[in-house]
Order: sequence, then structure tokens, then C-alpha cells
Amino acid sequence: MKHLLSIDDLTVDDIETLFGTAAEMHDVQRRSVKKLPALRGRTVINLFFEDSTRTRSSFEIAGKWLSADTINISAKGSSASKGESLRDTVLTVTAMGVDALVVRHAASGAAEQISNWVDVAVINAGDGMHEHPTQALLDAYTLQRQLGDLAGRHVVIVGDLTHSRVFRSNVKLLRKLGAEVTVVAPPTLMPSGIDAWSKEAGFAASWDLDEVLPSADAVMMLRVQRERMQGGFFPTPREYTVGYGLTRGRLSLLKPDTPICHPGPMNRGLEIAPEAADAASSKVLDQVSSGVAVRMSVLYHLLAGEEVA
Amino acid sequence: MPPSPEDDRGRAVLDAQDIARALTRISHEILERNRGADDLLLLGLPTRGVPLARRIAERIGEVEGRVPEVGSLDVTLYRDDLRKHPARGPQRTEIPGSGVDGKTVVLVDDVLYSGRTIRAALDALADYGRPGVVRLAVLVDRGHRELPIRADHVGKNLPSARTERVMVRLVESDGYDEVRIADAAGAEGQA
Amino acid sequence: MSAPIVVRAATLPTGERADLLLREGVIAEIGTVAAGAGAEEVDADGLVVLPGLVDLHTHLREPGREDAETVRTGSRAAAAGGFTAVLAMANTTPVTDTAEAAERVFDLGRAAGLVDVQPVGAVTRGLAGEELAELGLMARSRAGVRVFSDDGRCVADARVMRRALEYVKPFGGVVSQHAQEPTLAGAQACCHEGELSGRLGLPGWPGVAEEVIVARDVMLARHTGSRVHVAHVSTAGSVEVIRWARGQGIQVTAEVTPHHLLLTTDLLAGYDPVFKVNPPLRPEEDTLALREALRDGTIDAVATDHAPHARHDKEHAFVDAAFGMLGLETALAVVRTAVPELSWEEVARVMSANPARIAGLPGHGRPVAVGEPANLTLVDPEAEVTVDRDASHSLSRNNPWHGRTLRAAVVGTFLRGARTHG
Repeated sequence: MKHLLSIDDLTVDDIETLFGTAAEMHDVQRRSVKKLPALRGRTVINLFFEDSTRTRSSFEIAGKWLSADTINISAKGSSASKGESLRDTVLTVTAMGVDALVVRHAASGAAEQISNWVDVAVINAGDGMHEHPTQALLDAYTLQRQLGDLAGRHVVIVGDLTHSRVFRSNVKLLRKLGAEVTVVAPPTLMPSGIDAWSKEAGFAASWDLDEVLPSADAVMMLRVQRERMQGGFFPTPREYTVGYGLTRGRLSLLKPDTPICHPGPMNRGLEIAPEAADAASSKVLDQVSSGVAVRMSVLYHLLAGEEVA
Repeated sequence: MPPSPEDDRGRAVLDAQDIARALTRISHEILERNRGADDLLLLGLPTRGVPLARRIAERIGEVEGRVPEVGSLDVTLYRDDLRKHPARGPQRTEIPGSGVDGKTVVLVDDVLYSGRTIRAALDALADYGRPGVVRLAVLVDRGHRELPIRADHVGKNLPSARTERVMVRLVESDGYDEVRIADAAGAEGQA
Repeated sequence: MSAPIVVRAATLPTGERADLLLREGVIAEIGTVAAGAGAEEVDADGLVVLPGLVDLHTHLREPGREDAETVRTGSRAAAAGGFTAVLAMANTTPVTDTAEAAERVFDLGRAAGLVDVQPVGAVTRGLAGEELAELGLMARSRAGVRVFSDDGRCVADARVMRRALEYVKPFGGVVSQHAQEPTLAGAQACCHEGELSGRLGLPGWPGVAEEVIVARDVMLARHTGSRVHVAHVSTAGSVEVIRWARGQGIQVTAEVTPHHLLLTTDLLAGYDPVFKVNPPLRPEEDTLALREALRDGTIDAVATDHAPHARHDKEHAFVDAAFGMLGLETALAVVRTAVPELSWEEVARVMSANPARIAGLPGHGRPVAVGEPANLTLVDPEAEVTVDRDASHSLSRNNPWHGRTLRAAVVGTFLRGARTHG
């Protein structure tokens, strides 16, 4: 594994290795000295072309706890508008002598393109509407800690699927781990070609949240981006909540202790009611702490060893 | 686990009885040095140091009527040769809930060789707290130290050539107890 | 005037073999031509001679982006591709929306002297889609503009489109429409909307965004009694609409690009911007429908949409990178490879006669016959060529065919009897 661009890059063995290491890293978070020397002398650049405080901080902490030098570069605003090509921006940053680039970009495929231009490790921290592999890894890791083996477990993913990289990475990862997946959204927020895709990849797609919730072993709520609310994808936030929000009423449809995930930031009252966000079964904060452990694991496995050809 | 072909190479230097005797002696030495089992914490270094630590703890328990605390301390993330190998996942580190502060920590490993693993273990240990005393117990000391480190308790001193390979087999991981030494020129040295 | 040339033992589009004598810009003789004093001999044994190819849709980037292409380098590429005339699209900087701008492009083309560069005029001022550009003045200019297009952008406003169609009737103009309903396929749309765009998370460009404009425009053409040309048709649905309109007697013509005949949307899976083009590459079903439409005459012409881009304009994230791909040098070989069942007469029709007719270029697209202008292309029909982007005459390298092996190769081009390639 040279890069982590997509869940497609990972075998089931890789995932298990990453989770095993993440569990050790998780223990480190509980120590008074939360520092491991494993990546001493390595330099990791968080190259963020799009704002994301939580993902950036999570990677930054992960790198620092592994003793890597982590540097944040905010390259917000398309480089096109500044007259510099993405390739030039990336080569410039890489020429400083870095070992890994953690890349966040508003455009799908950006991390993969960048990986073709540089010879350092590239970690996709979210590319447009495409993938967010470390988010999926931390989600599955979080669920596995509660549910054990995810094979045969039914995970329901709800929300703005069209624009969601979290959904795309999660559906790939959960299927790899043998989970049953149902994705739920109004027709206007279903990705195009979902019928063919879901059939090929072996997951289900539904417009009816109430129908699928009773059989869920876990629920992942996706954030509704504010800018989508004006896009005519649904008439009003109120109508969205009634159709697709995890409301207080819907909590009663769930089996007891069904874990509830949300990648954050949450729109309380829109896609998730406060009663759901703050429920004992809510995994929202676990996801955040798991996120650091999983990202430590990813950084460690990409950077600690010599790459074997 | 069936023995692999290379298990037949070289010669056996310790058999199961030798190993048992060595561990019993080490257990007594530890008790003597520590004047009992109070505040004693045995930390095995994965992989084979962990069962050795457990066996020593049991023997101490037999003598003292109270089994001392046992844990494991993985040093993968503290190694100074991480870059020379493909990244390996760390193994379990389990420090008992009472921690290491003020304790007499005995690090337990199978083979003492360059001393680099123990150096890493001391670094790792420091990140978990401040033990009162740290000692080192090993089943085999094969020499060739590269750092100023020595063991407090040694099962057997085994003069070896750098080209030789020392292989420790334990029931817990390998199905049988034995220590062999074999000529393995060119092979990556074990421990 | 250049020396006479004898093209020896060429195969005519009809399949007959003959010598051709090119003299004083015209085909002076066809048959058995005696070796004459001072005539240059060209051995065309085994080669097919076609009327010089005509491209309805080329971006030459001059003025404004001379780092990506100039009229001269684009002309070189065109000649190498067997073209003797190209229509240069109006989306330059400044836009070709005045007589002066059109004459400038026309003159640059004549100065290069390798192909006849015929400027396309903008339909609307600054390609803004609001006010008509000076269509009449461009038509009356030395450039004699007959084709108008806002290509790169759709004339989306139905009223503006209607006015344009009406206005060009007196001077026999035609509006070439870039069919893309912007509310269905906006500026970000860059991947055929379908399963792949859903998986890749790329903004979808649905076929229906093209089809609704084609449908609207053929109805506007019927209503105004004018003629409309559909640029780069890319979907089976558009083909159906055009076929229906033809059946109704509506004056509609259409072109397809070589890349839409052969390349499919799955090439986008690696996010390589070299495959980013507008309209986007479509699924195989569409390519099959387009080939069928080219064979049965529903689509009149192949047009390259040659769109050179500087390297740094392609080295962006996929959605930010420039649209377009090179096409002039590979067009004929791609057509041979994609639609090998087309006879050479049919190739001559869709790559020379029809585009010349649509564009109103009287000196081009003529039969290979005595007395006709000696605008000719020599093709080696048996050649297999692996495309090397670095072997191009274009200033740009955004070549989607790089590394592919194509059938047939242009080995010589003659513009009014003068050799421009080979």
C-alpha cells in the first residue's frame, strides 16, 4: 500500500491490519504520554484545498502522536483561479521534502490525480463527492467495536447520497466487510445510475426510511449540506426532516442500542434530532476519537516501513 | 503447529527441561533481588517474551502464594530499524490498570542480542510512567551487544557467531519447548 | 503557382485506379498521364485519393491563446490530417463577433497558406447569449462568414435562438448549435450522467440536456423556415430527434466528432483530464447509434472539435480542467477505425462534400474530377499507426489517442495543387 486514495485500494486483510493497529493506537490515546516515536523525522503535510477543521485536526493529532512533523497548508480557492495548475501547486509543496500528503479537495478524483504526479504517499482526506476513505474506516472501526464482526449486519445509510463521499467510501468498505447495506434518500438525492450500481455492488437503495429502520443494526446519518437546500433537491428543510430525518419518533423504530453514526458536523433538527444525536447509542463522539486512532494506523502503515517493491 | 523444516537444522542447546529449570532459577533470583513479590510487574516483550513472563509469574506465585502482575509491552513503534522493514502492525501492549509508576518492572524477553529491542522497550516504558526499578530477564543471552545494556537474570549464556541463528520455540506459540542454534549465513538474524 | 504534379496510380474513391495531373490549382487530367517535363511525380500506388477534407469545427485559439495553438500550427496539424479547409470557431479572445475579427482570422489563415481557414462568427456578442453579434457585417466581410456558433456555450435563450435563425436567412447563414441546456448541465457538468458519474462523484452531464435543445431547435427551424446545424451530436436520443426532423422535412444538419464515435465514458474512471470533453464521452450504446446515424446519413458530417489546450490548463482537478481534445491529425484514421464499413466514397461524403456544403465553401468538397480544384488527400488505407502525442504539429498535447493504434494514415495533402503535407 503506497497510497490511500480509495477503499478500492484495500484488501480485507489490509483493513484488518489497519483496525488491529488502530486498536493499539486507541490505547495510546488513554496514556498520559500520548506520543509514539514511530514516525520521528517524517514530515506529513495536510494539504487542504477545502476547509475542514475536524478532518485536518484529526490528521494533525494523529501525525503528532506518531512524532511526525505535521504541517497544515490551506490552499483554499481553486488554484485555477490563481493561474497555477494543481500539479504545480502540489509539486511545489512536495519539493519541500515531505513524506506524505494528506489531501482534501473539493473536486472528485483530485487525490488520485495528485498521486500520479508525486512519488510520496498520498492520503485522500476527502475528494469532492468521490471518497473519504479514512472516514469510512473510522465508521466501520467504531461499529465493529460495538457490534463485533460486521458480516451479515444491516447498516442503513441515510441522506444526501448524491453529494456524499462518506456514503461512497462507506458502501464500498461495508460490502467488503460483508455487511448488508441499504442506502436511503429521496430520488433527487440518489446518485445517478444507483440501480445498476447497487445491483452490481450488492446493496439496496430505498426511498422509504420507515420501512428499513426496523431491521437496521446500525444507522449512519449523512449531513445535508446547507448549499443543497437551495438547489431544489427537496422543497423545504421541514419536508426533508419529515421524510428522511432521524427524528425522535423514528428512534422507536430502531432495535434497542442500535448505534447511530454521523460524520459531523450535524444539522441538529434537520437530518438528526437532538434525542438521536445525544442518545446513549449515539456514536458521534466515539467516531471522533476512533478517527484519530484510525488515522494514526493509516499514517503508520503508509510511512513507517520501507516500501517493498 | 508442525515444525518447519528449518527446525531440524543446527543443534538443540536447551530442551524443555533445561528451559523449565532456567525459568525456575530466574524466578527465584527475581524474588531474591526484589525481596518478595511486592510491587513486582513482569512485562513480556511480544511475541515470546509474553509467555515467558507468564511462566515466571506462575512460578513466583507458587513460591509466594501470590501471582505478581503480568503484562506485555510491544516495542514495534519504538524500534530504531522501523524503516528497514516493511511496516508491521504493533502487537498487544497490556499494562495492568495500576500502571508502572514506582513498580519494580522486570522486562522479559527470549533472546538478548544487540540490545536494541531493550533500548526500545525502555523508551516505551518511559511513556507509560516512571517505574521505581527496571530489570531485565532473558532466557538466552547470545552476546554481540551494540548498546550498553546487560541482563539482570539470564537463563543461559550462549556464545554464538553473528552468522548463527538462535531459535526459541515455546509451547504457547510453537507447540513445544526448545532452543536451537543453527548456522544461517545471510539470513536475517533472529533476535 | 506551383509546378504540375502527377499523382501516379492512385485509387479513386470509386475504386478505379488512375493517374491525376494537378496543374494550375485544378485537376487537369485523370486517366493515364504521360510523364511530362517539369512535373513532379508522386507514387500513389496503393493509396486512396480523396477530396480534401473539410472540418466544420476547429478551435485554433488565435487570437488570445497562442500558447495553445496558432492559426499556423493548427493549419499544419490540419494539413497533416488531410484537411484543406477548416472552420475556426469563434470562442477566441477577443471573440470573433465582428467583421474585423473575422477578417483577421481569415487573413491569418491565408498567410499560413496550408488550409483555407474559414472563420465561424459568434451568434451573440461576446458569446454571452443575449444580443446578436453583427451577423450581417460578418457575412458581408472579406471573410464571407456563413456559419455562426457560440460553440462552447449553448444559445440557451429560445428567443435569441429564434432571432438568429431568422436573421441569417437572407445571406444563407446557418447557426451551429452547441446543444447543452445549462439548467440541466451547468458549467461543472463534465461526466456523462449515469452509473459511472454516480460512482465517481463527478457532476453529471445528462444526454437529455443535449436532446431538449436539439428538439427545441429543430422546432424553431421549422417555425422560422431556417436551417440549423447541430454541433457534436453525442447521444442516441439526439439522433432520434434529428432523424424525425429530417422525416418532417425540417432543415437540420448534424455533425459527430471522431471521439464520440469511438471513445466511451468509462475512460473517465481514472480522472484523466485528457478525456474531459464537452459534450462528454458517452456510453457505448450512444457510440453505436452515432455510427449508425453516420452510415445512414442522419448525421451529415464528421467534425473534429479539435480543442488544443496548454498543458497547465489540463493539469487541474478533473472538474476544474479545460474541456477538449485534439482531433485534426487523427480524424480520418479514427473514422476508418470506428466505422470501417464506410466506403471511401462515403468517407469523402461525410468528411468533405457534406461539411463543405453545410459551410458554403464552393471550392471544397468537390468530386475528384477533371476541372475541379486540386484539393486532395492521399491516404494509405493499409497503414496501422500508433499515435504518439509528441509527434503532433499542434502546439498542444491533449491527445486522447496517444498510444492507440489506428487504421489508415494520411500521407499527402494538396491545396489547389500545392502540396501542404507529405
